[in-house]
Amino acid sequence: MKTIQGTVYVVRDDIDTDQIIPAQYLNLVPTIPEEYAKLGSYALCGLPDGYPPFVKPGASTADYPILIAGRNFGCGSSREHAPVCLGAAGVKAVVAESYARIFFRNCVSTGELYPFETPIRLCEVFKTGDRAEIDVGGAHLTNCTTGKTYSIKELGAVAPVVEAGGIFAYARKSGIIK
Amino acid sequence: MAMTLTEKILARAAGKRVVGPGDNVWVEVDILLTHDVCGPGTIGVFQREFGNMAKVWDPSKVVIIPDHYIFTADEKAHRNVDTLRDFAQYQKLAYFYDPGTPTYKGVCHVALPQTGHVRPGEVIFGTDSHTCTHGALGAFATGIGNTDAGFIMGAGKLLIKVPKTMRFTVNGTVPPYLMGKDIILKIIGDIGFDGASYCAMEFNGTAIRQLSIEERMTICNMAIEAGAKNGIIEPDEKTFEYVKAHTNKPFEAVYGDADAPVDSERTYDASTLEPCVAEPHVPSNYALARERNDVKLDRSYIGSCTGGKITDFLAAARILKGHKVAIPTFLVPATVEVAEDIIKSEIDGKSLIEIFAEAGCEDIAPPSCAACLGGPEDTFGRTSGTETVISTTNRNFPGRMGSKQSRIYLASPLTAAASAIRGRITDPREFM
Repeated sequence: MKTIQGTVYVVRDDIDTDQIIPAQYLNLVPTIPEEYAKLGSYALCGLPDGYPPFVKPGASTADYPILIAGRNFGCGSSREHAPVCLGAAGVKAVVAESYARIFFRNCVSTGELYPFETPIRLCEVFKTGDRAEIDVGGAHLTNCTTGKTYSIKELGAVAPVVEAGGIFAYARKSGIIK
Repeated sequence: MAMTLTEKILARAAGKRVVGPGDNVWVEVDILLTHDVCGPGTIGVFQREFGNMAKVWDPSKVVIIPDHYIFTADEKAHRNVDTLRDFAQYQKLAYFYDPGTPTYKGVCHVALPQTGHVRPGEVIFGTDSHTCTHGALGAFATGIGNTDAGFIMGAGKLLIKVPKTMRFTVNGTVPPYLMGKDIILKIIGDIGFDGASYCAMEFNGTAIRQLSIEERMTICNMAIEAGAKNGIIEPDEKTFEYVKAHTNKPFEAVYGDADAPVDSERTYDASTLEPCVAEPHVPSNYALARERNDVKLDRSYIGSCTGGKITDFLAAARILKGHKVAIPTFLVPATVEVAEDIIKSEIDGKSLIEIFAEAGCEDIAPPSCAACLGGPEDTFGRTSGTETVISTTNRNFPGRMGSKQSRIYLASPLTAAASAIRGRITDPREFM
């Protein structure tokens, strides 16, 4: 049974792609390995003052494999740099109340990270620094710091694409491309 | 079964008689648009998955319009345009609009219809969220990431979910002080920043019919600011006139069925709407311009795919004629064609160039996305401190125009121009 565990970082509603990766770093190309890594070091650096740094100064990855968010996470631009920089920073999953469509799609197509949805407003009950474990198959999330468990939604129609490992793997498996 | 406009276009592109909301279908793609910010990554995905020597599925359907980071000393930005140029040459792409050459156009969402690549009934994907602009001409158009775009480059198709349709009917007469921007900001204010998530926003009604194609583009452009998958307007005579003036390629227009069920319906009367702004830091923070007179401004910015078309500069000039701006006022035409139209256009015998110069605006910048999305530090008009800006662009997120500390109010060009004169948020009716 696949699980994802680690320390969580909590953000609130309407975190847009300019906050995830500010436009001045869009000159970096995600398919060039050293620029992929560089994108990771800038992940979430556009968050307003008041948030603790997601990636510590001088570090190239974050200490938070799980991101907890409110509504409409990833809204704004279609820049794939957004899920890519989170993946490059070491994020394995986002658990949000809802997503902007293109961000969600980019997570699924790239296979960079799991975009889980939850009916519960977890950004109110988790604190940055809490430890958590996601049981991917069992569709629930445990806050190891408080011991409480919360349900997450099944991935639904995109599950076959996620399970295949992205749009290319899925299309090859179903014979759409060679 | 009756289908909406969006459903009908997708059914045709999927080779199916009927599709409905929630269906996942493979659709054939008519145009793939990319630019300098997402093009190199898209090419990287395409080559990784299909091979370094692979050819795109159709070199006449991949359109590359560099526009984001053009007038900058940033080395990587130049490298990225070089990557696009090499790819376009190797692939023998028919449509690559190369910066620094006479083929350069400017902002892709204004350039795409101007170069005749937007045709009613077709399916357009672009590596930019504002690709939804092109629904203004009766096409299905939406933004995607590099991976999906790399897939289309090789396969010519994409798996997508058919969106539910939300219908917005705007009736009544559009008053001279009201613009497409005021209409869409009102709608986004009503339904919220994620109010149309995963949905098609279909705009119709007598007021929409009165609007020019450019004004319709402003409305569809901002569908993404409510989270929509696409914005769309049924084609009419104005659409056909515009399309035929820009291309002789044949197309087959699609119309929705009158009895097609929609997910929700809202109706507006344009004659009762007023000039407005979206306050920091989300486009759904709707407020009437006349109720925000107390907001002091440091800068006015007129440009972008939403607010840098010739109709936008004509509107601004109508207000600025015979007045002086009180704050630095930046003008960035979206495309070369818009820049040329600014030179050619006159109001009461006075050229727009003269009107802007006499009003004390900054020199007109070369066409590109410029400060709409911040960008490299040497970007024209980029904020660097605590500036409060009134802008005709489409987003006001923290840091969107550069500095996280700056505050952006979104508005129509009429309101941005009136506010430039006063140095405070101002209803354009004060100058009409």
